[in-house]
Amino acid sequence: MSDEDELVPVDHVPEGAELLKIRNLKIEATAYPPGEPPQDIVIVDGISLTLPKGRVMGLIGESGAGKSTIGLSAMSYGRGGVRLTQGEVLLNGAEIREAKPGALRRLRGKIVTYVAQSAAASFNPARKLMDQVTETTVSARGVARAEAERRAVALFTKLGLPDPETIGNRYPHQVSGGQLQRVMTAMALCPEPELVIFDEPTTALDVTTQIDVLAAIKDAIRDTGVAALYITHDLAVVAQVADDIMVLKAGKTVEVGTTDQIINNPTEQYTRDLVSVRSIDHEEKAPTADPVLRVEHVTARYSGLKRDVLSNVSVALHPGQTLAVVGESGSGKSTLARVITGLLPPSKGRVTFAGRTLSNELAGRSRDDLRELQMIYQMADVAMNPRQTVRRIIGRPLEFYFGLRGRERDARVDALLDEIELGQGFADRYPAELSGGQKQRVCIARALAADPKVIICDEVTSALDPLVADGILKLLLKLQKEEDVAFLFITHDLATVKAIADSIAVMYQGKVVRYGPKSEVLSPPFDDYTDLLLSSVPEMRLGWLEEVIEHRRMESAGH
Amino acid sequence: MHPIVKFVAQRILLGLVLLFAASIMIFAGTQILPGDVAQSILGQSATEQALANLRAELGLNDPLVTRYLDWLTAALQGDLGTALTNGQDIATSMGQRLGNTLFLAGWAALISIPLAITLGLIAVRYAGKWPDKLISAVTLTTVSIPEFLLGYIVMFYFAVQWRLFPSVSTVYDGMPLLDKLNAIALPVMVLVMVVLGHMMRMTRAAILNVMQSAYIETAELKGLRPFTIIRKHAFPNAIAPIVNVVMLNMAYLVVGVVVVEVVFVYPGMGQYLVDHVAKRDVPVVQACGLVFAAVYIGLNMLADVIAILANPRLRHPK
Repeated sequence: MSDEDELVPVDHVPEGAELLKIRNLKIEATAYPPGEPPQDIVIVDGISLTLPKGRVMGLIGESGAGKSTIGLSAMSYGRGGVRLTQGEVLLNGAEIREAKPGALRRLRGKIVTYVAQSAAASFNPARKLMDQVTETTVSARGVARAEAERRAVALFTKLGLPDPETIGNRYPHQVSGGQLQRVMTAMALCPEPELVIFDEPTTALDVTTQIDVLAAIKDAIRDTGVAALYITHDLAVVAQVADDIMVLKAGKTVEVGTTDQIINNPTEQYTRDLVSVRSIDHEEKAPTADPVLRVEHVTARYSGLKRDVLSNVSVALHPGQTLAVVGESGSGKSTLARVITGLLPPSKGRVTFAGRTLSNELAGRSRDDLRELQMIYQMADVAMNPRQTVRRIIGRPLEFYFGLRGRERDARVDALLDEIELGQGFADRYPAELSGGQKQRVCIARALAADPKVIICDEVTSALDPLVADGILKLLLKLQKEEDVAFLFITHDLATVKAIADSIAVMYQGKVVRYGPKSEVLSPPFDDYTDLLLSSVPEMRLGWLEEVIEHRRMESAGH
Repeated sequence: MHPIVKFVAQRILLGLVLLFAASIMIFAGTQILPGDVAQSILGQSATEQALANLRAELGLNDPLVTRYLDWLTAALQGDLGTALTNGQDIATSMGQRLGNTLFLAGWAALISIPLAITLGLIAVRYAGKWPDKLISAVTLTTVSIPEFLLGYIVMFYFAVQWRLFPSVSTVYDGMPLLDKLNAIALPVMVLVMVVLGHMMRMTRAAILNVMQSAYIETAELKGLRPFTIIRKHAFPNAIAPIVNVVMLNMAYLVVGVVVVEVVFVYPGMGQYLVDHVAKRDVPVVQACGLVFAAVYIGLNMLADVIAILANPRLRHPK
């Protein structure tokens, strides 16, 4: 049997007609908790929504709110064994929740299409982009290959991709993340669908790239007249593209309304929490005469690379303060951390720490050098051994640096757990039994156990929900006050920077383009890049996107 | 230079280095074998003088390194020496044996590789369902039975009970192809059963591993047929591990057929090697070792090269 027996004719629903109707949808999954019998858990409960052709509905909520699960229910797809157990999903009047596999195949990728969060992982690495973009258009829409490719090129052009005529001949690894996200949007639009599900399409991108992709997606939705479900955790982003917004929490609807009503006039407390800006108040501290960490004229490159990843970088970190290093991906932020920790010896320049010059090589550093400079990572779950309990994870630096054993060590572990506001009940848990925020707290405790002078925090809140991230930032500030530890805070998130930094270094293509106390760095006049970076942070008001696109002075490097 | 040329050149160079190291090991290994070649040629009743003369004639008194280098340079020129036991040129007599072994291995490979991959794809399509379980159970059974026993079982049924194929696989020069195929039917059957399970299970595992990827979900959300997803989206990304295990089994078909050849009295390399080990014919053993090592290293090198060529990141650099 070939794919050609499953031709799906193009039969457009008129604009404004009811396209998707979900009534009292219940979605369940079976959980297998260790040591207990399997149990059914309810992921989504009693959701109803109506989406006419040509409109965009935003689904918003924290992780675990069921946004993606609801989005995928519009193609009657349950990810990872999830089951749509009750209610109705009507697509253009036809019930699809219990439709047969053949009927769903004719629907998926043709009438309803999907744009995933990570386009980089969602493209087949072994096949050319054009083959993947036109795959269903050719096989199931009965369009000749040449015509489908013409259509794809037109979409590439519309979405602002470079070299639209030839980019389809490339493989996924040959284009950048932001471009790939646009190619995926083209792939979703190519078969001329009625409904497109956008699942966090800009979340993994830099703010400066996000803005272009967002604008491209918005234009493409308007010009093709499809209906769309736009899933995100970022209310400011959804405010730019959606006509209506549904706020979700733990699988239930909190509030539904037009974008204007949700943003400017929310009725529920939870929505108001989401809408309100961050609540951290941080008094900027003045630089001291004697920095604890000084990076002096550092230039570094990876072996095999023909250009420097860092060139002539100089920054200083003062005791008990926070230096935020901001920039888009590829700007050299994390490489700077690798040079400071000794993982990448610089080709020029040096790093001084507490008055002494650190060896460039990791092997040349004393145990105290290692102890006083700790690190926390973005991915807390891969930074811990999954087979060790929290007690062993936090106890390890206590044994290694201080030789603590037995009861003495356990008492210190308990004290640290109190400090990170987890409590002693967590000592015997494994990382898998912790939530994302709790994992990051354990990593913080592990860093603190070494009694360091400086902690390098590499995107520590990037993988967390906004409210959880807020909790982590507050904890870090509290610990800074109590322990007098200095943070080198690497992030691409300017809201985080505003919340906690004392001084800021803005990096762009391996160079520090702006550096100084927070109040100075964040006050005009700005250089072009800092202006772009600051203006790219989505703001929670309607029409912001169009304003920024019109007024900005330069475009992003396109990573 | 295109990086892929560099990678492939590196692999080939590495293969040659490995082969050189293997030649040293083979030579050294045969030197520490117990017994004296001269003694075994002339027998227990030989006089001291006769033994000394023969040793001098065979160059056994030269230093080890000299003898190794002589042997290696001759081998590189295609001269594998003469057999001690019958004075025949090893390259000539082995050439025919090797041809027979490759003929047997080639047919076994021709049948087993497509069969294993097809069965693997089917097992993935119906993963966890009865076709998968049936395929797994059958191939596991054939893998688990020792090959000599498998040989006698097929011989009992196909040759003795049903009289379909001969039990002794005699082939000779000038034999018509169909007769040859008829003669080797049973050993090919055994070899296929021996290698099928391993290749099929690795194919299944490699593709199932790829099926966890996000781009497989993309393919599912495109509404593609399950088998199309496996064939077009999963299989091309599982080529490297599959090729590796296929080559490992092909090498086994050439190098590891000793038992099957003995069971079916097939005039191949295995028989040849076994015969001459028994007679302590060191030059023949060395030559066989060298050929086996070359086949093994060559096939694994080929697997590496195919794996490199299958990787789009290397084939199309940024």
